[in-house]
Amino acid sequence: MSGPSLGPKQPYGAMAPDVATFAFTAENLEEAKRILARYPAGRQASAVLPLLHLAQAQHGGWLPKAALDYVADFLGMARIRVYEVATFYDMFNIEPVGRVQVRVCTTTPCWLCGSDAVLRAAREVLGCEPGQSSPDGRFFLREFECLGACANAPVLWIDDHFYEDLTYETARAVLEAVVRGERPKPGPQSGRKGSMPAGGKTTLFEVGE
Amino acid sequence: MPKLTIDGQLVEVPPGSTVLQACEAAGREIPVFCFHPRLNIAGNCRMCLVEVEKMPKPQASCALPAADGMVVHTNSPTVHKARKGVLELLLINHPLDCPICDQGGECDLQDLTLFYGPDKSRFKENKRPVADKYLGPLISTHMTRCIHCTRCIRFLNEIAGVEELGAVHRGEHMEITTWVEAALSSELQGNIIDLCPVGALNSKPYEYRARTWELKKTESIDVLDAVGSSIRIDSRGNEVMRILPRLHEDVNEEWLADKSRFAYDGLKKRRLDVPMVRRDGKLEPVDWKTALAAVAERARGLAADRIAFLVGDQADCETMVLVKELAARLGTPHLDCRQDGAPLETTPRAQYLFNTTIAGIEQADLCLLVGTNPRWEAPLVNARIRKRWRRGGFVVARIGALFDLTYPVQDLGAGPATLEELANGRHSFAERLASVERPMLILGTGAIARPDGAAVLALAHRLAENARLVREGWNGFNLLHTAAARVGGLELGLVPGRGGRDLAGILDGIERGEIELVFAIGVDEIDPKRLEKAFVVYLGTHGDRTAPIASVILPGAAYTEKNATWVNLEGRPQRGRLAVFPPGEAKEDWRILRALSEAMGALVPLDTLARVRERMAELAPQLAEPDRIRRAEWGSFGRPGPVDPAPFVSPVRDYWRTCPISRASAVMAECSALAAARDRAATGTHG
Repeated sequence: MSGPSLGPKQPYGAMAPDVATFAFTAENLEEAKRILARYPAGRQASAVLPLLHLAQAQHGGWLPKAALDYVADFLGMARIRVYEVATFYDMFNIEPVGRVQVRVCTTTPCWLCGSDAVLRAAREVLGCEPGQSSPDGRFFLREFECLGACANAPVLWIDDHFYEDLTYETARAVLEAVVRGERPKPGPQSGRKGSMPAGGKTTLFEVGE
Repeated sequence: MPKLTIDGQLVEVPPGSTVLQACEAAGREIPVFCFHPRLNIAGNCRMCLVEVEKMPKPQASCALPAADGMVVHTNSPTVHKARKGVLELLLINHPLDCPICDQGGECDLQDLTLFYGPDKSRFKENKRPVADKYLGPLISTHMTRCIHCTRCIRFLNEIAGVEELGAVHRGEHMEITTWVEAALSSELQGNIIDLCPVGALNSKPYEYRARTWELKKTESIDVLDAVGSSIRIDSRGNEVMRILPRLHEDVNEEWLADKSRFAYDGLKKRRLDVPMVRRDGKLEPVDWKTALAAVAERARGLAADRIAFLVGDQADCETMVLVKELAARLGTPHLDCRQDGAPLETTPRAQYLFNTTIAGIEQADLCLLVGTNPRWEAPLVNARIRKRWRRGGFVVARIGALFDLTYPVQDLGAGPATLEELANGRHSFAERLASVERPMLILGTGAIARPDGAAVLALAHRLAENARLVREGWNGFNLLHTAAARVGGLELGLVPGRGGRDLAGILDGIERGEIELVFAIGVDEIDPKRLEKAFVVYLGTHGDRTAPIASVILPGAAYTEKNATWVNLEGRPQRGRLAVFPPGEAKEDWRILRALSEAMGALVPLDTLARVRERMAELAPQLAEPDRIRRAEWGSFGRPGPVDPAPFVSPVRDYWRTCPISRASAVMAECSALAAARDRAATGTHG
């Protein structure tokens, strides 16, 4: 008996608290103008993604309707077009969530390489299920579709950084460090460099002249 | 010109065609859900898959450009298998509620399932639940039935120009919604009901009222604006159940404005269904004989020039023929069909016609709107202007009140002063006007239905002359009427005769007691206080504004209840047909006037509809042939004089309630209240 639920996919107002107004801070307004300047005249709508990220960062990790409307009016595009974008991408939260975003990739390559263990570690350390915020409200845990780092599977994405080549233990270690407020070093946690072969070099032993 | 082989048949199609169009040119029918010839291509339903040789997989023909040398198979086992698969996937989440679905019987999904559908479902899981959405008082939703073709979104974005509907979320969670649970604000929104290939979007007023196969379908003409859209009246028994558009490429394409589509419940409310005579200050129901005798009694011994005729906004040409004949027999020259007081005359005809024609808008390269809000006065004319604007290379400028017309408009000024500057070539826009090949001017009746109207009309004429709006093969002068009866009335010459009074003269005459008997034929847009002093004989359909002050009420037939002719704003005579019978004792208007003429001893010997139409063709030969526009001669019109600097105001203040039918409609009242609330919320952000 599977199938999607009606749960959180309600129109605005059902789940999200009412936020009356939103406006960029002076600093973010400058940044928004800088972003806008990258696009040719008449194509300002293309700036919708960076501006939504900016708005989400300013508003504590989620976007109230007021923020979407603000961005739409800022770019002179129809509001529904911004709603479509904001609901399409999982990176945008349209309901209040924990400020630190913990995303576990569970798509096939990561799953084959042990993402179940990573997810278990995350559940234990954060004390919440995927799709929920941690009891202290600091973290938001969710499963994510392919993060595009399959060569370093399994992958954990915390805020702006990827943690790769995880096992149950290393995932725990990373998450516990984050919970303590530390910033563990991003990248592979297995000691290999980038996505070089795990068992050492198999080719390109010599560097050419 | 690419040449393709479709199922072994060689076809040649214009460059830029799609494979789907090529298949249709070859006479193959390709099943589609998301594709619509008037909308952008989406290519998301995958129902139109065909096999193209040298391409490894079946191709969506609606989104594949036709190329030279393509070999296409539309009927191969692969194609059938692909379509079956697509349909099975579409049906996974589609409920099996056809027996209670309004679309049942006219549903694309139902029809195609008959040919390609599986006979049983292999899907054991739960179907996807989707909450229904609120889209306002006109459209009801059943979103579990939605197959995400996005036709509704594309229509509102592209044709209606109101971006309010979208697809939120993604993949299996995708939903069509406004997301904010607000009513749609378009006046063309009803068309998405027709576009919806399944039963997800339904007409709210019609919901669960009837099944399609029990309806009698009558092809007719709409009269709620002056566009004269082709409609189909669906009726059951003696009740109009719904109104749908009919294809007419030169007028409404396949769209219909919401007032025309949804105001029909007004046909069943506040109807006058029995003749009435005022006795001791109270209107009492009487029989026809008594009512007609009461009129004859009042007219007896009355000098002819104390009698006047006024004709309203929805009168048909047959009725107007009788009015004209009866006035002539009675000997009164006081006769006017221009209920708004616009100083239009009967010659030259070009002054009161939309000479460019509606389809002709697509050839224009500049449009100047003067004192008009086409979005409310004629939504489908506005949709044509938008259609032309979307193609690019088109400028719209406006003299008049600001209003969001769904396309960018350059505002030149608010009133006659700007028009004068422009007419004299002293305005900076004049250069622009002179530089284009096919300029057009749309003059609203709001600009001329005012005391200085004749002078404004003269200014418009001067502008037309100076900017050469009329040139070889092109007439860019257009008057945008709002009343379905007006062009017909002018064509038949229902204007004051020699020494006759026009509308203002008649109203003044009533006040001074010089006009004692007024025949008001569907006249409801005049302040009834100004008629009160006269003995008013009201021939009409609704207990609207004039009926309460009338001395005699003669119940007539509404547009769905008679075989009659209307002339649209282009001068296109079109025949409406009887779908249901008038309620109670009510009769077709021309028959009433014929009987009245006999009772008054001024018999008009037109006894049959055929005779009336013969007489109509004598009075106005251009009306003899339905659906054919006779080009109007150009000439001089208007009366130069001083103009009032007051800004132009559109005659339509509230789109939803403009005539007795729409004012009687509960659906229109709801729309009107919603629009008013929206205006209050958005004050200051208009335009």
